[in-house]
This record gives sequence, structure tokens and C-alpha cells, in this order.
Amino acid sequence: MLNNKRQGKLAAVAVMAATALAITSCGSSEPAKPAAGGGSAAAEPVTITVHTFGGGENFGYDKAVEKWNAEHPNIQVKYQNLTDRFEDVYLPQLLQKLQAGSGAADIVGIDEGAMGLMKSRPQFFTDLSEHGLDSRKADFPAAKWENGINKDGKLFALGTDIGGMTMCYRKDLFEKAGLPTDREEVGKLWPDWNAFMEAGKKFQAAFPAKGDPKFLDGPNTLYNVVLSQEAPKNGNIAYFDTGNQLVIDKNPAVKTAFDTVKSFSEAGLTAKLASFTPEWNAAIKKGGFATMGCPAWMLGVVSGAAGDENKGKWDVAAVPGGAGNWGGSYLAVPKQSKHPKEAAEVLNYLTGKEGHVLAFQEAAAFPSSLPAQQDPAVADLKNEFFNDAPTGQIFGASVKDLLPVFLGEKHAQVKTAAEKVLEGMDKGSIPYGEAWTKFVEAGTKAAG
Amino acid sequence: MTLKVDTAAPPRPPGSRGVSGHRASGRGGNGLARFDLRATPYFLVSPYFVLFTLFGVFPLGYTLWVSLHDWELAGDKTFLGLDNYIELIADGAFWNAVVNTVGIFVISTIPQLVLALMLANALNKRIRGRLFFRLGVLLPLVTSVVAVAVVFTQLYSRDYGMVNWFLGIFGVEPIEWQNQSWTAWIAISTMIDWRWTGYNAIILLAAMQTIPKDLYEAASLDGASPRRQFWQITVPMLRPTLIFVVFVSTIGGLTLFAEPVMFEGNPTMAGGATGQYQTVAMFIVKEAFRDFDMGYASAAAWLLFALILIGTLINYSFTRRIGGNK
Repeated sequence: MLNNKRQGKLAAVAVMAATALAITSCGSSEPAKPAAGGGSAAAEPVTITVHTFGGGENFGYDKAVEKWNAEHPNIQVKYQNLTDRFEDVYLPQLLQKLQAGSGAADIVGIDEGAMGLMKSRPQFFTDLSEHGLDSRKADFPAAKWENGINKDGKLFALGTDIGGMTMCYRKDLFEKAGLPTDREEVGKLWPDWNAFMEAGKKFQAAFPAKGDPKFLDGPNTLYNVVLSQEAPKNGNIAYFDTGNQLVIDKNPAVKTAFDTVKSFSEAGLTAKLASFTPEWNAAIKKGGFATMGCPAWMLGVVSGAAGDENKGKWDVAAVPGGAGNWGGSYLAVPKQSKHPKEAAEVLNYLTGKEGHVLAFQEAAAFPSSLPAQQDPAVADLKNEFFNDAPTGQIFGASVKDLLPVFLGEKHAQVKTAAEKVLEGMDKGSIPYGEAWTKFVEAGTKAAG
Repeated sequence: MTLKVDTAAPPRPPGSRGVSGHRASGRGGNGLARFDLRATPYFLVSPYFVLFTLFGVFPLGYTLWVSLHDWELAGDKTFLGLDNYIELIADGAFWNAVVNTVGIFVISTIPQLVLALMLANALNKRIRGRLFFRLGVLLPLVTSVVAVAVVFTQLYSRDYGMVNWFLGIFGVEPIEWQNQSWTAWIAISTMIDWRWTGYNAIILLAAMQTIPKDLYEAASLDGASPRRQFWQITVPMLRPTLIFVVFVSTIGGLTLFAEPVMFEGNPTMAGGATGQYQTVAMFIVKEAFRDFDMGYASAAAWLLFALILIGTLINYSFTRRIGGNK
């Protein structure tokens, strides 16, 4: 069935290229035969599908794809963002499609958290060095490059963005609470998490009533920010050590992140919203909370969820506690792709300087590509949605001395299970006293 | 399962009836005719069995095979024997899901069937606008499960939900329905009952209408009150239908999935932070497609199958006694 679909798309492209007329579904089925029967003829226009995930403006490939399609009539890219949920929707679907041998796009986006899993399944992905992409090594920071090499030593994925860290805040709510609103001053307000807590208490004192906005969104963004800051201080590991053994109960980074979330939740500063839920999106829009941890790509999520009418209400300031990297993604070409050569070309473009720059302009996803980072279009970019914040500068500084964090094969599963406990603790279904035990239990179970 | 038996049974009578007709026209090729006689009924019922083999028996067998392995989705497979089952029987999370499933089943099905029986009895009376009411009780069945669950989840929402607003009138503090087992069970049960009560009522009503009227006439001549007629005539005569309804409800209740998933509002299949309303079906999907442990999930699926068999048998023995003092 999927083949038919693909033929249909091919046909549509063929007709478009040939006649540049509007096509009826009837007309499109006619020339399908030559397109499908043509086999590997290079002259036939090829459709390359790209599937990604993420909330708001996600990967930000609309402009990049538009540009490519205009310049390459023979290779047309169809870009689709499937869902805003990675671990529990996108990843299982991708694995099923890989296992089934059909249905996956020609280029798939993979979140950093699942790279351990994908690295251990080399059988599903095209070796990109066969298409000359090993020449790109100098373009990436070593850690980002190494993560794209699977257990057979083959290059299978190239980096898109990295998630340098900031704190997003609602300017209008800060003003009402009598806190500073200028991003420099806000950054100075919270050099560390204790100061952040003090600011939070001050904020919440101005909003004591039941339906009032809260200081923080919920447990997830805070937890991930702190974990990404602490992991480099503790041997660059999160839930798994480099031997893929679970260390959720032993890694001080995890405990520190957990305790930070617990203290903010106990202080009543959270809106008790889990990330990437409809309620969370609604609260971003309506101002249900005043701050949230913002890795670079999160800016696209915020601006997408808040919508144009809230332009200027959100701003970005320095994050308490220093540098860290949360998330960031990769692109890979599944082996089942019928056009691996063309897919590799498109992948090369999207992970190249131009693709990175366009994506940064569109979704604020900060480039992992070094030439793109140095490009004035990135370095000097101001983000209109966030009051013209100099995001190029802010994120450029935050990723400068970034260290890689090792993520085990089952990182995504453990992360989901553990954060579920944090959400339960925040909402009150798990007592604070039992939460840590439950947290370790859930993580251990997900890893087993 | 009852359906299967029904479809399998009929072929014999038409086959034997066909004997005389065929012999009249049968000339030469007697063997072929006999083969035709024997084979045709099987041929005619085969589409069902072919489909059942493809989509029923094969997955059943394959699931059993998978359940004997450490079988990761799109990953490694190693033979384990019965280890998955042994681990599962000791797994608190699995039994938590079983308790939730049975809990929701009990608090949804019992009121639902009692209500359906009462509704059917009322609709069987001569009342104005009978057709309107009969169609009316069936209407919730037309809406999709997901739509029902979405609307009910909003009704039960913490901050702006209508249920909390209503309870608030009586001074009840807003309840976070998802947070505790019993509140979540109640919320989910109402969704199930909303959708299925009318359906069961219509089935029971259809059965009620097949009860001969003269039984009631005779009873009322003997001076039996309507209540007595209901318990002594209607209910015993409904027994086969009740058994069917209870079977279907049991199977439906123990494989409950869509309502709790929608109630959670995200597709993690966790059924709340501590699995307060994670059903066995959700547990299976979570193990298979969230933790990618197909082997473990398959073992859980087989245990669920066993549980449904046990549950159905228990319910059968209960319903068989209905009106047993005849």
C-alpha cells in the first residue's frame, strides 16, 4: 500500500514538472506507470521524504526545503513533522517501520536520546560514507560527529542542532510581579539555582491566588536543564555508564536534578504541567507560568505554541547554573529508502551550513555545524519573537565548551519512565518522601 | 467465541438436505458429486476460517513464540523459555494493571447490566414515543469511543471541569480525578457505561420481545404482580441472552484500552504516574511499544487471555444460576 502511495507522489511530481498545471487525482494516476517502471533512471524526478518530530516549529525545515525544491527540480523533498512526542510516539513508530522494512521516510530525524538505541542497530541504516559524507567530519564538534557512528564503525547519521541552554521567561508576568524585565538584569537575578528559587518565591508572593500563574511550568524542563548541567561534572554520564550499566541510583547528577525539581515542587512554584501536553501548550500561550528551561530548540516550541499574537511577551535570559546541552538531533537514511543516493544528498544539504542557518532562522534550533555557527547569519541573529533577543550570541556562548554526555541504549525508555514519576510527584499522586525510591524503581524497570 | 461455534454448526443440515436433490440430477461422476456434497459446505464456510487463521490463529501462535524470547522491537532476539512468564507473575506492575482492570470492570459492568435490564424492561412497556426512547438509548453507541473519552475527560478536568464545578456547589474541593485509583476508576467507568448501557438494553429488549405474551397473561390471571412477573418470567427467560451480554461485557471490560488511554491525555500508556488506572491492555502496549520489549508484552498478552477465560467461566457459573429455581 505504501508503495502505491509513493508512486502516487512520484506521479504527482512528474505531472507537476511536465505541465505545471493543477492535477486532478484522476490525471495523476495515469502517468504513474512510466515513473514507477522507469526504475533507477536518474532523469526521473525523485521524491525524497523527510520525517521529523517536535513541538511548535520543530526542526524548522520549511524554508530550507522550499529553497531546495526550487533549485532541484529532479529531487523534490517532501517534509513532514509527524508528532511533537518523540519517545512515546515517533520512536516506536519508527522502530516498527524499520522492522517491517517499509514505511519509514527516506530521511528520518532522530533525537539524541535514542541515538544509543539506533547505534546498536546498524542493519537498518545506510552507510553515509558510501555517499561521500565522511568528508564532513571537520564541520562538526567531535562529540556530535562521534555519536553518528554506529557500533559497526559506520557513519549513519549527521547532526542537526544542539541544545545550548537558556531560561525562557514571561516579560509581562515578571513586570506584574515587580521583578526586573530586562534580559541582562534577569540573568543577573539568578546566577545559581538557589537564587532562582528566591526569585521564584518573590514571584509567587505576587501571585498567591489559586488560578494565578505559577513561576515554573512543571518538573520536566527544570529536570532536564539541571541534569544536562550536572552530567558533565559527573563523568559525562546520565542514566547509564559507558559500559551501558544503569547508574540512575548512583549518579549524583541524577540525584541533584531530582532534588532540584523536588524543592521547587514542594515550594509550590510549579504549574504542575507535564511538557508536550495540550495543557502545557495552552499555558505557554495564556501565560499559565512565567519561566521554563529553554534549550535552543525549545524557542521554536515556545514561539510555535504561543502564536504570533504573543510576540514579545516571552524573552530569554541566561540559565542559572551554567552551560549544558539538552537534546539536539540527527538525520539518518534508513536502508529501506529506494533512493539512498538522493536522500544522502538532501541530508548533506540539511545538515550543511545552509540548512543549519535556515533552520536556525526559522526555529532557533542552534546549529551543531561549526561553519554555520560562525556564519554571521547565525552569530548575529536576533529572534524577533523573543523581543529581538540576540539568540545567536546567547547560544553560541552557551555551547562553546560543551562536553558530550554518554546516553545508553535504553536512555529514552529510562528517561520517559523516570520523568513520569517526577510528574506524579509534582501533581501529588506520589508523596515527596517516596518519590526517589519510585523514581529509581521506574528507571530500573524500564532499563530491564 | 460463541460466534465461532454458531458459524461452524450450520453446515451439516444443508448438506444432508442436499443429498436427495443432488442424486436426482447426478449422472455419472458419482464420486465427484459426493466430493462436491462433502466439500461444498466446507468451502462455503472457509472464508471465515481462512481469515480467522490469518488474523486470529497465526498471531495467537506467533505471540506465543515471541513470548518465549527476549524479543526486542527491531532488535535482538534470544530464546528464554518460560522466563518472561516467571518474571511477569512476580511483577507488581502487571498485577497492579490486573487489579485496575478488574476493578474498573466490576464498578462499570455491574451497574451497567442492572441499569440495562431496567431500561429494557421500561422500554418494553407501552409508553408514549417508544421508538424515540428506544433509538435514544442506542445513540451513545454511535459516537466514537475516543470522542466520548475526550468529552468525559474534559468533564472530569481539575480546573474547569463540569463535574468539579457541580461538586463545588456542595463545597467539595476540586478533585484531580486522574490522581487516585478510585477516582480514576469511577471516571472511566462512567465513560464505559455511557456508551454501552443502551447497547445492552437494546439486546435485552429484543430478547424480552420474544417471550410469549401468554406467559404474562397466565401469570396475571393467577394474580402475579408486575414485579413478580419480571423476576419469575422475564429474567429466567432472558438467561441465554444475559449470558451472552455478560460474556461480551467481560471480554470488553478485561481488554479495556481506549478510555483510560484518552483519560490520561498522552500516549505514554502509563495510566497515571504510578499506574493508578493502567489496564492490562495498556500494560501490554507499554511493554511492547514504549519499552520495546515484545517478548514480555506477548507473555502478558497470553496471561490476559487466560484471565479472560477464567473471568468468563466465573461469570458463566454466576449467570447460569439466574432464575435457577425454575
